[in-house]
Amino acid sequence: MEPIKKFTGKTVGLPSTDVDTDQIIPARYLKATDKKGMGEVLFYDWRYDENGDPKPEFILNQPHSQNATILVAGNNFGCGSSREHAPWALQGYGFQAIISTQFADIFRNNSLKNGLLPIVVDKETHEQLLDLAAEDPELELSVDLETQTLGLPDGRRVEFPIDPFSKECLLNGVDELGYLLRRENEIEQYETANAK
Amino acid sequence: MNNRPRTLFQKIWDAHVVSQAQDAPAILYIDLQLVHEVTSPQAFTELRNRSLQVRRPDRTVATVDHSIPTYDRTLPIQDALAAKQLDMMYANARDFGIRIYDRMSDKQGIVHVIGPELGLTQPGMTIVCGDSHTSTHGAFGTLAFGIGTSEVAMVLATQTLLQRKPKTMNVRVDGILANGVTAKDIILALIAKIGVDGGTGHAVEYSGSAIRAQTMEGRMTICNMSIEGGARAGMIAPDETTFNYVAGREFAPKGADWDAAVARWRQLPTDDGAEYDAVVELDANALEPMITYGNNPGMGIPITGRVPDPDAMGDHHQKAALRKALQYMDLQPGKSLIGHPVNVVFIGSCTNSRIGDLRLAANIMKGKRVADNVRVMVVPGSQQVKRQAEQEGLDVIFRQAGAEWREAGCSMCIAMNGDELKSGEYSISTSNRNFEGRQGKGGRTMLASPLTAAASALSGVVTDPRSVLS
Repeated sequence: MEPIKKFTGKTVGLPSTDVDTDQIIPARYLKATDKKGMGEVLFYDWRYDENGDPKPEFILNQPHSQNATILVAGNNFGCGSSREHAPWALQGYGFQAIISTQFADIFRNNSLKNGLLPIVVDKETHEQLLDLAAEDPELELSVDLETQTLGLPDGRRVEFPIDPFSKECLLNGVDELGYLLRRENEIEQYETANAK
Repeated sequence: MNNRPRTLFQKIWDAHVVSQAQDAPAILYIDLQLVHEVTSPQAFTELRNRSLQVRRPDRTVATVDHSIPTYDRTLPIQDALAAKQLDMMYANARDFGIRIYDRMSDKQGIVHVIGPELGLTQPGMTIVCGDSHTSTHGAFGTLAFGIGTSEVAMVLATQTLLQRKPKTMNVRVDGILANGVTAKDIILALIAKIGVDGGTGHAVEYSGSAIRAQTMEGRMTICNMSIEGGARAGMIAPDETTFNYVAGREFAPKGADWDAAVARWRQLPTDDGAEYDAVVELDANALEPMITYGNNPGMGIPITGRVPDPDAMGDHHQKAALRKALQYMDLQPGKSLIGHPVNVVFIGSCTNSRIGDLRLAANIMKGKRVADNVRVMVVPGSQQVKRQAEQEGLDVIFRQAGAEWREAGCSMCIAMNGDELKSGEYSISTSNRNFEGRQGKGGRTMLASPLTAAASALSGVVTDPRSVLS
């Protein structure tokens, strides 16, 4: 995993609440056996019509949304299925951070494992960000993980929570599997003690 | 020894913490990982890239369920991508020494159906699978939850996971269910009450007289849909019903080991005085058969109720979500769903495909014919369920009624395998998700119990099952 420290990026809003992972990537694309091409099918059924043509009204099809790296999403983003294909698709498209008032548990875990930053903000800030994204097609936000702050165009900085372990992993590109493998002794001791 | 009263969750959690560093998630030991073809290929690739082995093949069991066709098993698989994914699962199981119930196995089935029926699922365990409905196994007093593919790789390689401890929620359901009201209606009513994010960050323990009265199958239905309320896990304390179900199954302890295991399992229920972070109560006496009208499982109403009006919603995001859902579903606010035409009835999925579910449906369809314009699919959850149903003659009842009797798999719950709705079609489905396009692009799903599904299959319109039950 690539370390994340700070970045600034084009920001788009998708205010729909309870966006489930079936919308993020429909199940028919889960027959893949690798992680390639997932960005192309991100939000497929919202993004394309029955002929495979882009639906002009969908946010990611609007000219100003191209190259967006930050998504302001509705409450409870990523609910439903545990498919890690959802963060793979978001990342494959180019997103580096998703901002919401709350994320579904498994989606949040999956995102953190891939270096896709789930940023939780309070309701009021969330409404402001959605309004900003709707009003300003050129909206850019900056993210500073070290200080856990989100920078708004008016210079305001909003703090966001992240647990210290995840922060450490993201800042240093720590790989959790490697972390667990280095604790093999503890795992062995546990297995012996519990005759497992 | 700490004598503070503990919850069922806390006891299982404590028994599985390998280590807990300051400011870090716990390293949690996993007793059993179930693996299927869709969420595992990239995990095995990760192991190969790092030259890792599966640490405990004896604690890892694989099957194929999501992308397999439910037609005749002797026919070749038409979908090349699905065939490739299945072959990869077989190759991974072979290369890493994992037991697999493949497409031709007489024990193949949906992971959350075969785990319990093989006796792999036992009280007090931690169980994971790359599938959100892993919460099903919580019905046995296990801590069971869905994980992503990166975590599948971690458990394959280390038999552990890094886990932050969730909060606890107690859902108490007291009272007696009326005739025609089932476990499915309990969980749909709960999700309608707390919302699809009501359980986020929590492990839910279901308790109360209405839960105790449920069979293991009913308990599995309830725990299965915990994730639809956002919960990390759902669990029910083990009791005699649990022990009777597990006893004698293939992988259950035998003889003296069985006695020792039951003695251990009896220590699992929540201690008197233990506290939960949240408590929700549901009155079983007041429940009716439930049905969903929208595009998440929280958009449900009693079947005699009316579709809510977006204009009556306070929150503007909720208003927009409801308006969007009613547009997708092409339903009118203020209307009853009873009598609404149905194109497809799907009886199956890890929520409602066990023998008890099929018996409920068969009881209603016995000696009757399904409506002419309705496609009715009955998809048993496993090949063992299928055989049991055939021994009881349920397949004959379904076939004579004009329903399709299929081979085991996830089928139209997730519509990856060719079993799908056409755009615009309405289904009554015993599955767990009514998301847009879940059962096929443009398809419109109404979730309900096997009783409601069977009653609606006969009439071809949404039907209150109480109207056909004697």
